[in-house]
Amino acid sequence: MILVIVDHDRGVLDPTSVQAISGALALDSEVDVLVVGAAGRDVVGELASFGANTVHLAVHDSVTDFTPVASARAALELISRVSPAAVLVTGTPRGNEVLAHIAAILDLPMAAECLEIALGNDGVHQVVRNRWGGNIMETARVHSTLLLAAFAPHAVRAESAVGTGTIAEFTPALSDADLAVRILDRVGEGATGVGLTEARVIVSGGRGVGGPEGFAILEELASLLDAAIGCSRVVTSNGWRPHSEQVGQTGTKVAPDLYIACGISGATQHIAGCRTSKTIIAINTDKDAPIMGYAHYAVIGDLHTILPELVAATRAAKE
Amino acid sequence: MNIAVCAKRVPLSGGRWELTADGTEIDTSGASMGFTLSPHEECAAEAAVQLVEEFGGSSTVITVGVADSEEQIRSLLAVGIDRGVIVETDGGEWDPQGTSSALIEQVRAGSPDGAYDLVLLGTEAADTADFQVGIRIAHALGWPVVTNVKGLKITDGVARCERAVGSYREIYEVSLPAVITVKDGLNIPRYPSVPGRIKARKKSVDFIAGERPAPRLEKVKLALAVEEQRSAEILGTGTGNGADAVPALVELFRTIGVI
Amino acid sequence: MSSVPATAKCVVIGAGIVGNSVAYHLARLGWRDIVQIDKGPLPNPGGSTGHASNFCFPTDHSKEMAQITAESIVQYREMGTFTECGGIEVARTTERMQELARRVSSAKSWGIDNTEIISPARCKELVPFMDESVIIGGFYTPSVGVVDSVRAGTIMRERGQAMGALTSIGNVEVTGIDVEGGTVKRVRTDKGDIDTEYVVIACGCWSRRIGAMAGVSIPLTPAVHQMKDIGPAPFFADAKGDIEWPIVRDMDTNMYERQHGSGLEIGSYAHRPILYSAEDLPSNAAAALSPTEFPFTQEDFDLQDEQALELMPDIVGDETVGEKYAINGILSLTPDGMPIMGESPEVKKLWAAAAVWVKEGPGAGKCIAEWMVLGHSEIDLHTSDISRFHDHQKTVEHVQARANEGFNKTYGIVHPGEQWASNRNVRLSPYYSREQALGAVFYETVGWERPFWYESNAALVEKFGDAVMPRTSEWDSRWWSPIINAEHLQMRETAGLVDLTAFAIFDIVGPGALDSVQRTAVRQMDVAIGKVVYTPVLAINGGYKSDLTIMRLGKDHFRVVTGGAHGMSDLKWFSDHLSADGTAQIVDLTSSMTTLGIWGPNARKIIEAITTDDMSHEGFGFSTCRVVEMGPLRVLASRISYVGDLGWELYVPMEQGARLWDMIAEAGVEHGLIPVGIGVYGTTGRLEKSYRAYGAELETEYNVLEAGMSTKKIKDADFTGKAAHLKHRDEAPATILCTLTVDDHTSANGEKRYMLGREPVLTADGGIITDSHGRRSYVTSAGSAPSIGKHILMTYLPPEYAVIGTKLLVEYLGEQYPCSVLLTTSEAAFDPTNERIMS
Repeated sequence: MILVIVDHDRGVLDPTSVQAISGALALDSEVDVLVVGAAGRDVVGELASFGANTVHLAVHDSVTDFTPVASARAALELISRVSPAAVLVTGTPRGNEVLAHIAAILDLPMAAECLEIALGNDGVHQVVRNRWGGNIMETARVHSTLLLAAFAPHAVRAESAVGTGTIAEFTPALSDADLAVRILDRVGEGATGVGLTEARVIVSGGRGVGGPEGFAILEELASLLDAAIGCSRVVTSNGWRPHSEQVGQTGTKVAPDLYIACGISGATQHIAGCRTSKTIIAINTDKDAPIMGYAHYAVIGDLHTILPELVAATRAAKE
Repeated sequence: MNIAVCAKRVPLSGGRWELTADGTEIDTSGASMGFTLSPHEECAAEAAVQLVEEFGGSSTVITVGVADSEEQIRSLLAVGIDRGVIVETDGGEWDPQGTSSALIEQVRAGSPDGAYDLVLLGTEAADTADFQVGIRIAHALGWPVVTNVKGLKITDGVARCERAVGSYREIYEVSLPAVITVKDGLNIPRYPSVPGRIKARKKSVDFIAGERPAPRLEKVKLALAVEEQRSAEILGTGTGNGADAVPALVELFRTIGVI
Repeated sequence: MSSVPATAKCVVIGAGIVGNSVAYHLARLGWRDIVQIDKGPLPNPGGSTGHASNFCFPTDHSKEMAQITAESIVQYREMGTFTECGGIEVARTTERMQELARRVSSAKSWGIDNTEIISPARCKELVPFMDESVIIGGFYTPSVGVVDSVRAGTIMRERGQAMGALTSIGNVEVTGIDVEGGTVKRVRTDKGDIDTEYVVIACGCWSRRIGAMAGVSIPLTPAVHQMKDIGPAPFFADAKGDIEWPIVRDMDTNMYERQHGSGLEIGSYAHRPILYSAEDLPSNAAAALSPTEFPFTQEDFDLQDEQALELMPDIVGDETVGEKYAINGILSLTPDGMPIMGESPEVKKLWAAAAVWVKEGPGAGKCIAEWMVLGHSEIDLHTSDISRFHDHQKTVEHVQARANEGFNKTYGIVHPGEQWASNRNVRLSPYYSREQALGAVFYETVGWERPFWYESNAALVEKFGDAVMPRTSEWDSRWWSPIINAEHLQMRETAGLVDLTAFAIFDIVGPGALDSVQRTAVRQMDVAIGKVVYTPVLAINGGYKSDLTIMRLGKDHFRVVTGGAHGMSDLKWFSDHLSADGTAQIVDLTSSMTTLGIWGPNARKIIEAITTDDMSHEGFGFSTCRVVEMGPLRVLASRISYVGDLGWELYVPMEQGARLWDMIAEAGVEHGLIPVGIGVYGTTGRLEKSYRAYGAELETEYNVLEAGMSTKKIKDADFTGKAAHLKHRDEAPATILCTLTVDDHTSANGEKRYMLGREPVLTADGGIITDSHGRRSYVTSAGSAPSIGKHILMTYLPPEYAVIGTKLLVEYLGEQYPCSVLLTTSEAAFDPTNERIMS
């Protein structure tokens, strides 16, 4: 049996974290899911649609929002009860964090950023994992009876499957220390615009945009396409846009349906953050820019000429 | 405030790596091969320097790596870190547990200025992306840990940490001593100045012999990611500076279903 | 992705400043179907141009370099890519101050105006962020500027394209160069093959590797030049322009500092030489920054940080000023510090334009294009000529050793006589051990170890006393000895034996031999067998390509003897001018034959002691040669002289040289024979005879008439440069080579000073002398004439000054010394009627 920990944000399922269920089902037909927090009840139905049968719901009065150590403690309690062969997550920030707490407490190895996982019977498992933002793949052995591993986000696709979604609720035993680190507040919520990770479309700008004012036209296009704004590292290090919009190995990794790269040459650092996008359109004056090796479609030309016309044409097409 | 920063020397390249013949390492023998630190760690060091500027105390950078890691350590000393400790390896890679135990030992040993109040490090290493060393250190020391931190403010011994989630930020607070793992964007790391470089040469870097424990996350081999080299379909070029492509783009938007 | 045209007139490989310039100038001169490729993307493909610090200081002690730079600046200005900001070379030591004075002189000699020595206070005024207490003075050049080399390259490409002459394609990697029948045929690339008539390799630090694809040696090595950019400096916050303050070269620390925008760029040539091979350069994809920007190695810059801090504490010492960018930039170094230009000696129509820095790029491109299209370049390029290299100079070991040694000379004080220390003892004459035993002080010429003087002759200094013209100044006497002058005087009394093994010797043989030498030499070569002819060799413009002697050894057999330094270029020139029908062959005998010279009043008596042949004036006339038996040897004796005394050059196979030496030495004992070094042969002996030397007096820039070497009649046979030469004969020469003597050597502090050459010659009131073609008067050669007790200067002077007795000034290390015109023809100061030679 494999235990998958999925994440939700106050009752809204993190779609990326669900990918681990599909990944686990490919390894073992028996997959249990752990959800922490009372609000997790709201996502059980959805989890069933990805093939989850038993959904362990850890509910504790003091856990009202994400509390990483509490989640780990809940998982540990469950692990000792259900003895899974592996605990898997999707390597979202929260997924990695909770799994690392489990690993640290149990003093077991943990493999993050996995692309492939093969469970061994003799306490030796084999994984293939990303290094360097996916530029290098490592084949590694994990020496542990209990495998702790995180799939790299988007390494597996979340597949629909039929599960019963049976809830097994329990109350984990938690100390004050387990509750010490938790979300106290959220700021900037309700801000307009679409978050990078959730966006279906991202309009992204690089050095070619020329300056902060150059992003106005990108924002116009983004609003027409319901898109988030992204940017390359040059843009944030020049202070043209906030760091939260940086796409890349040290920024945010994204996989939208459509990624429009405007004036982005395509440094590896950037490609590492957007290569899994379903469709990439590059708008660039240099036909030989590295981005052309990753883009599905390209327009060779000046974005300052193309974008205003594209905005006008898109607006017209929507009307 | 005494702060430990953990950092790691990693190869610098344009991204097109070469591997050694046996496929277990990145080939760093090339004359043009350089080494660097991950941006996360540079941010961690910058945060440490700023905190010491604010509260006094001292900062120490600790690394587990080859003796040549001194180059990266000195670069952090040049931006204001006070001293360095290198747990010296023979170049073989240490797994996250091995790395963590070496770091834990050094953090426990404290600095000449006393016990550490704070350990800062990157959320993940640039190369191995293990996402766990900070958390292991925290558990070993019995300290709280906040990860993925992109905003940090310490007041009266309490660290207020922000982490970015989508379009908003989550706020955490932990009392020191604590471990905080940070991400690029936490701050804009200063560049070393020439006087900083000169001072860095006089700062102490201690070398401590490390013994690599048997890996439990054991690297078998490396492979270069298969580049899915595409040839982009050119929708427009030249004419009107590419604007001739607009109808095709709009049609594409329709096909993909974004309008 | 891009593909390449299948054919071209010329493929230019490289799109840095040099390749762009070559391509443009070829187009400007009328060529079409020029294809330019580069493995990197345009406009900045990732070579050294992309990270160059882009400043141009026009002054160089090398005339050739100064001229190429001057031409480059003209072009950068015309393209609007030159920002004049001025530049100061500052001195921290008195020795450097003297060097700066020497630079002022070189500036005057090469036509760079308005340079001056300035005080520390004036330096501070010009560069307010400098701590002037660290320095003792500066050499200020207002016309120093910063160029945009990438922009200039783009403009040149665009011009070539606008003419419909040029196709430039990036991201094309050369995979091979095909050669057929000794001529370049095709360039192979990863995007297809290009059949082409010409190829130019302008690949900077990759050139050696690309050249090797065609079997061509381009002996250069990639080397590191470190630089770091710091900023933003609060001091520069109000800077009006991108480049507002003069560039400072801190010469004694081998560094430079320059403001640009809000930052300061600090560059260094002080660190240990860090050399690579072309194989070490990464691909564009694998490079962290660019293939020629290697990671900065701070430990090599530690000292430079402190020195920069000393000179510019306000900027460099500011802790808020960060190091934004620091690289080990790759540039190209050659074994002798000069560029590598011209058609390769190995493959026809394959040209090199490499080891050219940004300040020389556009000028070098123009020179190469002229050379390719017109057959010669306006600027004489003989010290940059790719064909100058001898085989041993093409080895990796030689290139690395000399680049290693030469790197720190970039800002160094290099004495004109300075010898290389590395990679010596490569070519040893058969007399080497004998010379060593005589205390020879060896100087190197193209690998040959040549005695410059012999310590065994030291006692002669006392014998001749003040006649040896002793020098007290350390600089004047560095790489010099009064023994040279003593040897000279003794030779004039008795006889001297000179090792001339360094001569380049090649035979031209076959039915087409006469035709081949006729078309190359100015003088009549259809002469009797046994005649020795001294002749100019001209470029197509009638300027000097060389001067040398040719012996006719048989009906179809000529032997060319020329100086070692220029020998390989001469070999290529003669090879290129062999009869096209293949009826003449050229055979290089340089390493097979050795030469001894014996001259002096007693030379005949000594030779007669070892031969029974008739060596009398009647029996062995001047300008003749023949084989003579000397003991067990058959020796080719040639009765000529470059030192102005009776005697012969004696040629024997290399392995027999030692025996010849021993016979002569033994016979010479009773006739006062001494060994004589090249100090006499190359300087004192020739100067008091006003003999011209190629590379000093004789260059492509000067013609036969100007050099005073015209003969009454001109042969009927055609020769290269004849049309121009005939025209020159009908014109009044714009300048005339004169011999001057220094009237008073006394400097301001009372010490006697002796010029070493290349100094400006000025009017009596200190004015610049320029001829009607814009050429400055400068000392082409300087040296003692011990027999007449004078220090001689040779210089070209416009006709109004070329009058015997004209009083002029020569500027030496910041002071001016009176001198006067002694001779205005090729007549000699010593023994003008040649009685000695003809005795």
